[in-house]
Amino acid sequence: MRLFDYTARKIIVTGHYGSGKTEFSISLAIKLAAQIKDKHNDKLAIVDLDIVNPYFRSREKRELLERKGICVYGSAYETEITAELPAIGATIRTPLEDKDCRVIIDTGGNDAGALILNQFTKYFTDDTIMLAVINANRPDTRTKSGALAHIRAIENTTGMQIDGIVNNTHMLHETTAEMVLMGHFLCAEVCDDIGKMLYCDCYPEQIVDPCDLSEIPHNLMPLGRYMRPSWLDK
Amino acid sequence: MSDKILLKGNEAFSEAAMRGGCRYYFGYPITPQNEIPEYMSRELPKYGGSFIQAESEICAINMAYGAAAAGGRVFITSSSPGIALMQEGLSFLASAEVPTVLLAVSRCGPGIGGIQPGQADYFQATRGGGNGDYKIPVFAPSSVQESVDLIYESMQLSDEWRNPFFIFTDGILAQMMEPVKLPEKRPDIQTKDIRKHKPWALTGYGADDSKRNTVISLRMQPDALETHVHKLFEKYAHAEKELVRVESFGLEDAQVVIVAYGIVARIAKEAIEILAEQGIKAGLIRPISLWPFPYSEFKKISNKTKVVISAELSMGQLIQDVQLGVGDRLPIRLVNRTGGMIPSSLEIAQRTKKILEEIGG
Repeated sequence: MRLFDYTARKIIVTGHYGSGKTEFSISLAIKLAAQIKDKHNDKLAIVDLDIVNPYFRSREKRELLERKGICVYGSAYETEITAELPAIGATIRTPLEDKDCRVIIDTGGNDAGALILNQFTKYFTDDTIMLAVINANRPDTRTKSGALAHIRAIENTTGMQIDGIVNNTHMLHETTAEMVLMGHFLCAEVCDDIGKMLYCDCYPEQIVDPCDLSEIPHNLMPLGRYMRPSWLDK
Repeated sequence: MSDKILLKGNEAFSEAAMRGGCRYYFGYPITPQNEIPEYMSRELPKYGGSFIQAESEICAINMAYGAAAAGGRVFITSSSPGIALMQEGLSFLASAEVPTVLLAVSRCGPGIGGIQPGQADYFQATRGGGNGDYKIPVFAPSSVQESVDLIYESMQLSDEWRNPFFIFTDGILAQMMEPVKLPEKRPDIQTKDIRKHKPWALTGYGADDSKRNTVISLRMQPDALETHVHKLFEKYAHAEKELVRVESFGLEDAQVVIVAYGIVARIAKEAIEILAEQGIKAGLIRPISLWPFPYSEFKKISNKTKVVISAELSMGQLIQDVQLGVGDRLPIRLVNRTGGMIPSSLEIAQRTKKILEEIGG
């Protein structure tokens, strides 16, 4: 599968609020961790650059990720996850400067959340790819023009171009295979339009059967459920 | 394609208010409700409405007072310390019988406290911090969809009852994503039609063209003020019959009844499933209206019940209304967390089980 053999050492994950960037970043990190353990001796880190959202950030899952050998870099306050002004500490440069470390960079929502990338551009060289996560069930990205506008806004803010799109079309516990397919075709159209690759199509592994996604030829990515407690769906 | 879309709580609240008729929003930033002013500033002009960023919560509530007194449909929002600043204005609005919908995205306190969710503003919402004898209907939704439905409905109810309405949510509801079906947009009231719909409003004319209306909360003559307060309380007595909302289940054979509202009710529902797996029958009373409180629902608790539990994110506020509902019939215990800590469903189940064992159930 192309996804996990990808050679990029730094993967930047951007997207709009609620696209599922953090859930995708965590699942990706866990999958990469298993692969790296098998084949390489690389370190793996997840960098949480979400300074726009006060809740549901990847650094809240620090313990789980560290158990799997993934270093977590984020708030300047380390365990203080609820500071009113979430701040990013200087330590997050550690994985960016470490050539033996692969990094997944989880940004905040929208172009506002991606703005912070600007201060780290010197680290984003040829070994970096930037992805845009699209959820076609979110109001702003239900159409091709909406998704394109979103991508353009992120590109304009960061001065970088995205390299690929992640279809993460979901409706939480009400996600259906039909929705994932609908998102796949929308994202494929957007990719054709801007000449980028459809990096992968995500589906919630606890709800959707991959057999129902046979129209998607490759790069299906099962997503676990790490961020959302089960009682939220009661 | 699904008729639902995936919305963040704060976005859904805003959209529900606008579709429900809000054309005036006055806001001041405070976490965790900041996406509401952000969304309203962007979207409300598209509905032909006006967004103003006030210089404080005190200004926001008084701008609301002015716009609503002139017949505009107003929605305002804030979070715990901001709601505290609005209390004086709420008392004025209630006294002047000016309709406004106020949404609170509750966080934890006291003081500046923290930005994580809390329910320690139960008294603030249901008892009010403003001066004088007044009441404000309070709805406490437990999902984003229910929030949308109650905000939409309250935009209308507030006009009908000529009273502020209060929607009491918390940081989790505001920040979480949920599939939502949005209601249809309610028809606008044109400025020229305000007199017809709201004959009391400050339109420059009196109801009968003879003199101009006034909207006041000042009555210097004691007998006039007493008469006014009695008139308000006739309305409140009527509201106590008409506006009670509650969800309950399992009361007929429950060994233990958990009372919880808002987000805690959702955790309690999973806790009740965990207890059922261990052979313990638990029921739930979920007050949706916190004022008027569904006291009569407690009469449905059967003789099989050994104890009633108030599960809340505060140090024992809801429990006071539970005590009024239960009376001397049964022991009542508190299962709570505070400071922004959220109990897991397993924690509520375990603490409930322990209490039941101590009671001898």
